[in-house]
Amino acid sequence: MTERILSASAALSEALHEEMKRDETVFILGEDLTAHAGLFGQFKGLPENFPDRIIDTPISEAAIVGVGVGSALTGMRPIVDLHFSDFVTCCMDELVNQAAKIRYMFGGQVKMPLVVWCPDGAGIRAAAQHSQSLEAWFVHVPGLKVVVPSEPADVKGLIKSAVRDDDPVMFFQNKNLFSRQGPVQKEEYLIPLGKAAVKRQGKDVTLICYGSGYYLCLEAAKILAGQNIDAEIVDLRTLKPLDMDTVISSIKKTRRAVTVHEACLTGGFGAELCALIQEELFDLLKAPVKRVAARDVPMPFSPAMEDFCMPKVADVVEAARSAVSWTASR
Amino acid sequence: MAEDAGMLLELYNRMVTVRTFETVAGEYFAAGEIPGFIHLSIGQEASSVGVCSCLQADDYVITTHRGHGHMIAKGADLKRMTAELFGRKTGYCKGKGGSMHIADFSIGILGANGVVAGGLPIIAGAGFSIKMRKTDQVAVCFFGDGAANRGTVHEVMNLASVWKLPIIFALENNQWASTTPLEVSCAVEDISCRAAGYNMPGVVVDGNDLIAVRKATLEAVERARSGKGPTLIENKTYRIRGHFEGDPQKYRAQAEITPWQEKNDPIKRMYDYLVTDGILDEKMNLKIWDDAAAALEEAISYAKDSPFPEPEEALEDLFVNP
Ligand SMILES: Cc1ncc(C[n+]2csc(CCOP(=O)(O)OP(=O)(O)O)c2C)c(N)n1
Repeated sequence: MTERILSASAALSEALHEEMKRDETVFILGEDLTAHAGLFGQFKGLPENFPDRIIDTPISEAAIVGVGVGSALTGMRPIVDLHFSDFVTCCMDELVNQAAKIRYMFGGQVKMPLVVWCPDGAGIRAAAQHSQSLEAWFVHVPGLKVVVPSEPADVKGLIKSAVRDDDPVMFFQNKNLFSRQGPVQKEEYLIPLGKAAVKRQGKDVTLICYGSGYYLCLEAAKILAGQNIDAEIVDLRTLKPLDMDTVISSIKKTRRAVTVHEACLTGGFGAELCALIQEELFDLLKAPVKRVAARDVPMPFSPAMEDFCMPKVADVVEAARSAVSWTASR
Repeated sequence: MAEDAGMLLELYNRMVTVRTFETVAGEYFAAGEIPGFIHLSIGQEASSVGVCSCLQADDYVITTHRGHGHMIAKGADLKRMTAELFGRKTGYCKGKGGSMHIADFSIGILGANGVVAGGLPIIAGAGFSIKMRKTDQVAVCFFGDGAANRGTVHEVMNLASVWKLPIIFALENNQWASTTPLEVSCAVEDISCRAAGYNMPGVVVDGNDLIAVRKATLEAVERARSGKGPTLIENKTYRIRGHFEGDPQKYRAQAEITPWQEKNDPIKRMYDYLVTDGILDEKMNLKIWDDAAAALEEAISYAKDSPFPEPEEALEDLFVNP
């Protein structure tokens, strides 16, 4: 096995090159894709190498996803790019009432091999309408799969699986992570949807995360190690289907857990994890499960306010410490 | 109809102010002093100033991500705008909005919008409320050629026309939507021809000619105020700058931009018009530009001297009754 260091963007583009070469029915549809190889340069090389299969659209999100749904129903494997994940709001019917339900409503007659690629996340001073992390909305919709990778290697392995999957997949990539580098295996590989990864072994507390939350946990685990707290990191990678087995076996070992995500707190995926964990492991837990998340406000523009709203490494450290030092008051 | 010389001079002045604001904002953005993204309206001043010059103080305007010009044209305060771009507590939105989300409800500006065409459904509500409240106000929504392809535009234009709402759809067709040229995304050259499908007037206007913009807008405003319903005005113009500041612009050549800068600059055209008519001379012109520069300098100092919001202020303003 040979490894190279790639950015998340390069990993994405490499994966899509491989998939588009392998399968002629794969194509990419969205706004402003060809001029600069995607808004973030994330599709580098694809406009040159597949000029007929990466296609600029009018600013018509409902039509973009509609074309995705209709072509998925009729033999193609579309990837639609939503420019900023915030614009899912402009095509919610196509995503939620159509893509998610068509196979089921029609009694399983058809497949819906659609990938919806959504760059999300805050921290670039883009304010309230360009900074959201909305993955939990889609987890709540039966019929959609939800993938939120963190490291470049995960991006590559998961997008390939998403493209090959016969169901609609919401694929969220944090825009702050596009330039993050990481080792990516040269030989072809897939990462199955619904498989979490234990990315750091530890015995004191389990940090459950995905997407940008992973990097917060990585930093936090180093700091915690200096304080004699040995954190285990479970990177979920896919929220739906969810790999609860990996979460449970980790918490069985550590008996404490903290959930970490960039989306805001209330109704976030952390809440779902807390519910599942207490159902399975109530007797075993040594402390309440803590959630680290963004503040429950739209993202403000001014830097210090935005930084204040976003979850930070220190929040993860604090939550882990409080879990470890928790003593029952009754 | 002959236009009043003093007023034309004032509108020229306002175009110069918009241009100066945009130029200075671009410089401070390049210097890293303005966070986030800014989208400049350089070259589109005849549209913003021309349309807003036909409005009363209590008329409504909704603008876009490229909204600085519309704000200034409707009478926004340069200091509070600048402070908002700089993310300061004294800005229009206390630093919560930034360039893409400025508003001044006290002068009828119902907000800039970061969602393309996001303002259009809302303008229908403003128009409907005018009708319900039986005032003589009108409501203007600026939007781009790119925005014209959102499906909500269809819903709103039909509804506004069938309900005869007092709305002016002010389309600024600047030929580009981000990296996408009009011909790639739009089946017609004149988007205003779509108005026929809604049984409302649709007019093509030389959007870099202030007087032509005013003429079309005055008619549309008159129609709206007299209860006859909406008009779609298509101001043909050109986006001189990149989509956002810092846009690498690999999709177009300078040769395409140059004629718009040299021959078709709305400010130069108005200058020529005013000089030919003996309304403006070079000395007055220099003073207009100097005064605009001084006003901007003052606004920048105001912004820079203003405090940033405290981080915790991020939690304020979400609900009236939390
Ligand atoms: C619903 C939505 N889709 C996409 C975008 C990204 N975006 C921002 S501005 C823009 C181009 C808008 O073009 P146009 O409406 O012509 O206005 P202009 O920028 O030319 O003033 C795009 C695609 C967005 N902000 N909102």
